Amino acid sequence: MSAITRPPSDSRLRRSPDIGQAPVGSDAEIRLAEIWESLPGWKGWLSTVDHKVIGLRYIVTAFVFLLIGGMEALIMRLQLAGPNLTLLTPEQYNQLFTMHGVTMIFLYALPILSGFSNYLWPLMLGSRDMTFPRLNALSYWIFLFAGIFMYASFPLGQAPNAGWFNYVPYSGPIYNTGPNIDVFALGMVLLGVSTTVGSVNFVVTLFKMRAPGMTINRVPILVWGTLTASVANLLVIPSVSLAFFLLWLDRQVGTHFFDVANGGKPLLWQHLFWIFGHPWVYAIVLPAMGIVSDALPTFCRRPLVGYAWVALATMATMLVGFEVWIHHMFATGLPAVALSIFGAASFVISIPSAVAVFAWIATIWLGTPVFKTPFLFFAGFVILFVIGGLSGVMTAAVPLDWQLNETYFIVAHLHYVLLGINVFPVVGGIYYWFPKFTGRMMDEKIGKWSFWVMFIGFNAGFFPMHLAGLLGMPRRIYTYSSRMGWDTVNLITSIGSFVFAIGVLIFLVNVAVSLRRGTRAGSNPWDAATLEWSVPSPPPAYNFAVIPHIASRHPLWEDRLNEGEGTGQSSLEKGYLLMEGRETIGTSPIDATPEIILKMPGDSATPFFVGLFLSLAFAGMLLHWWSFTGLMILSCIIALMVWMWPEKALAQRSPTDSSREAHV
Amino acid sequence: MSEARQLLDQPLPVGSEGKLAGGWWGIVALIVTEGSLFGYLLFSYFYLSSQAERHWPPEGLPSLLLPSINTAILIASSVFVWASEYCLARKRKRGSVVMMLVAIVLGALFVGIQLKEWSSKTYGMTSDLYGSLYFTITGFHMLHVVIGLVILLLLLAWISFRYFDEKRHAAITIGGIYWHFVDVVWLFVFTTLYLFPYM
Repeated sequence: MSAITRPPSDSRLRRSPDIGQAPVGSDAEIRLAEIWESLPGWKGWLSTVDHKVIGLRYIVTAFVFLLIGGMEALIMRLQLAGPNLTLLTPEQYNQLFTMHGVTMIFLYALPILSGFSNYLWPLMLGSRDMTFPRLNALSYWIFLFAGIFMYASFPLGQAPNAGWFNYVPYSGPIYNTGPNIDVFALGMVLLGVSTTVGSVNFVVTLFKMRAPGMTINRVPILVWGTLTASVANLLVIPSVSLAFFLLWLDRQVGTHFFDVANGGKPLLWQHLFWIFGHPWVYAIVLPAMGIVSDALPTFCRRPLVGYAWVALATMATMLVGFEVWIHHMFATGLPAVALSIFGAASFVISIPSAVAVFAWIATIWLGTPVFKTPFLFFAGFVILFVIGGLSGVMTAAVPLDWQLNETYFIVAHLHYVLLGINVFPVVGGIYYWFPKFTGRMMDEKIGKWSFWVMFIGFNAGFFPMHLAGLLGMPRRIYTYSSRMGWDTVNLITSIGSFVFAIGVLIFLVNVAVSLRRGTRAGSNPWDAATLEWSVPSPPPAYNFAVIPHIASRHPLWEDRLNEGEGTGQSSLEKGYLLMEGRETIGTSPIDATPEIILKMPGDSATPFFVGLFLSLAFAGMLLHWWSFTGLMILSCIIALMVWMWPEKALAQRSPTDSSREAHV
Repeated sequence: MSEARQLLDQPLPVGSEGKLAGGWWGIVALIVTEGSLFGYLLFSYFYLSSQAERHWPPEGLPSLLLPSINTAILIASSVFVWASEYCLARKRKRGSVVMMLVAIVLGALFVGIQLKEWSSKTYGMTSDLYGSLYFTITGFHMLHVVIGLVILLLLLAWISFRYFDEKRHAAITIGGIYWHFVDVVWLFVFTTLYLFPYM
């Protein structure tokens, strides 16, 4: 009967995967491409779950936010270029610095790194996709919608205006009556959903999706960085989402969490915000440090010095990073014991950071540097990191912090850290992986110009801010009197910021020119060591025609490093074929031995609709359209049911079940 | 090389098998982040109560009888969800459906009793700080119970459609652990809101 017409159920639940080769153009390769490629046209555009497409969307969207935030900064620098200028009103200035912070910290800094990691992780790990491709798409859509949401009130002149850390009671219902803060609060909760599901995806991908043989001590440092950031996000995003939700309840429902008159405590806000906020600072730099740890060695022609130390330092940074949030609150009157402990932890955290810095310097020192554009950005990053780190250690000292708190010294510090450790590695990373993204090299000559203009402009713009702070200039003031002695430093800062902007512009010109006329790149134009360079540029939809088997940390440098000795050589051409539908291999968390053949879901528009309905539900909450909100949540649940419905094709259901299809 | 080859050349399970499925790992990660959310909710409670200048809780000690019974009901529902999977793994599909149904009834009963508990309070969400905390924390938990019930209903439907058998039922394992989480979290909420004031 059924046993004759159907293959034995065992092969659908358990089989030995075929091992073989699938060179480009072979039948097997063509079949793989058919299985993995998205539909052409808008349907494919809306429903694709390809991690490479999603990664690039993340990078482009986040970069657009970077440009928007940058323009806001330039307008502020015009206002501050001289004393007593009236280009902006105080309220406009408040909204601009708030949106500048919100945009850079939340809509640029982490999403751009998520973009890199989304694109690169499966390629670096030897997998055909992230573990949850549809969740990946959902994460992007919600990020996009949350970004639009937070800008929705900007054209009306009612953007968030209480600074990016949004302290109560100023942001509470009494002092801030417009929709400004509600937009921010709900937008942050929405964005938190995106970050959370993205983090879940990264964590599970690391533990499940590495190529056989890629033991935990062979993964690239970028993977360590993003893993650490993602674990931290899972633990601390709820804190900030809760804080913003409670604030929204205070404002719109009339609860009393931060309401001083009824026993609420403004400091609760600061605790919840910074319990999140400080780990977040590391979440937006550790993956960027990983970019440097992986890409810098390519230009030093040797492996990273102290791989294990850097990996451990990455995690140690985050571990200590959970214990430093109160250094943002030194001036709030907390007990001296708390200040001492958190001050000490803030000093300690400089140790793992220094380990990484010395590892990079040693890599350059012991290697033979090739002065290409990405190298310049990574070397520049090391310098900026040291300067930014130093000003950070200074403010870890409580007495000095009391002097410098809320001055431009802090602004200088945080820009050295965030631009130095995030923007410079990111731009360097784009120069480095552009050939993998597009199949074309970026122009080297324009590239060098872009680096030097950005580097000089950055230092001219931000170094004088240290002085402004030491001269007592508070942050977030919309203008100042010429009698304060701050005129010169501010003028230099404004000029520097525009020079920096010109550098970014040169970089964008380079991207535009290289997209069309860049020289063609082969699969490995930099002669790099990691797996993503073993596949064509740009990579095919299925990433790896066969799942590689990995025997060392530098699979493409094994012949010259003699690394595979004892464990055998990595096998890149021959491996698991896995082509009965979208399939990839799942491996054990530590040793990466093959455990399971994973069935990957096909393209689907449900993530888009789940994201859309959820965002509309938040819009409904903002506008107090309660029945609309209910309807959208219901739609969201229905879309989720469609998404989660068990599929036979994914072997989520029993192959022998007696439901309808079995009899067809 | 031959060793490596041997390593690769073994039969492997295909698709969503139990705790090897990506979904299992995903739900564990979700539980970590949701658990943190409740951690921060309770942190806010303890932070604000430790600094309260008035008597805490302002309305006096809460009555324990009904909430304790309700706690027992919720824990019992977890046992039945576990039993549902246990039956399925031993090819007793009908038993599995019945167990899941009982679990859902008990979960719904918890919601009903909790609603009654809410309506019996003399204070509301906006009347004072304690009310804001009480209703926000229990409200968050209630939301999770309702989501959990929707998941259990789906599982019930899927078991009745005979989608699953003793070999393949990762969805039950995954949905089940979420329900257990919702129940375990209640023990923390219950301890904080009902038992802690007695200490």
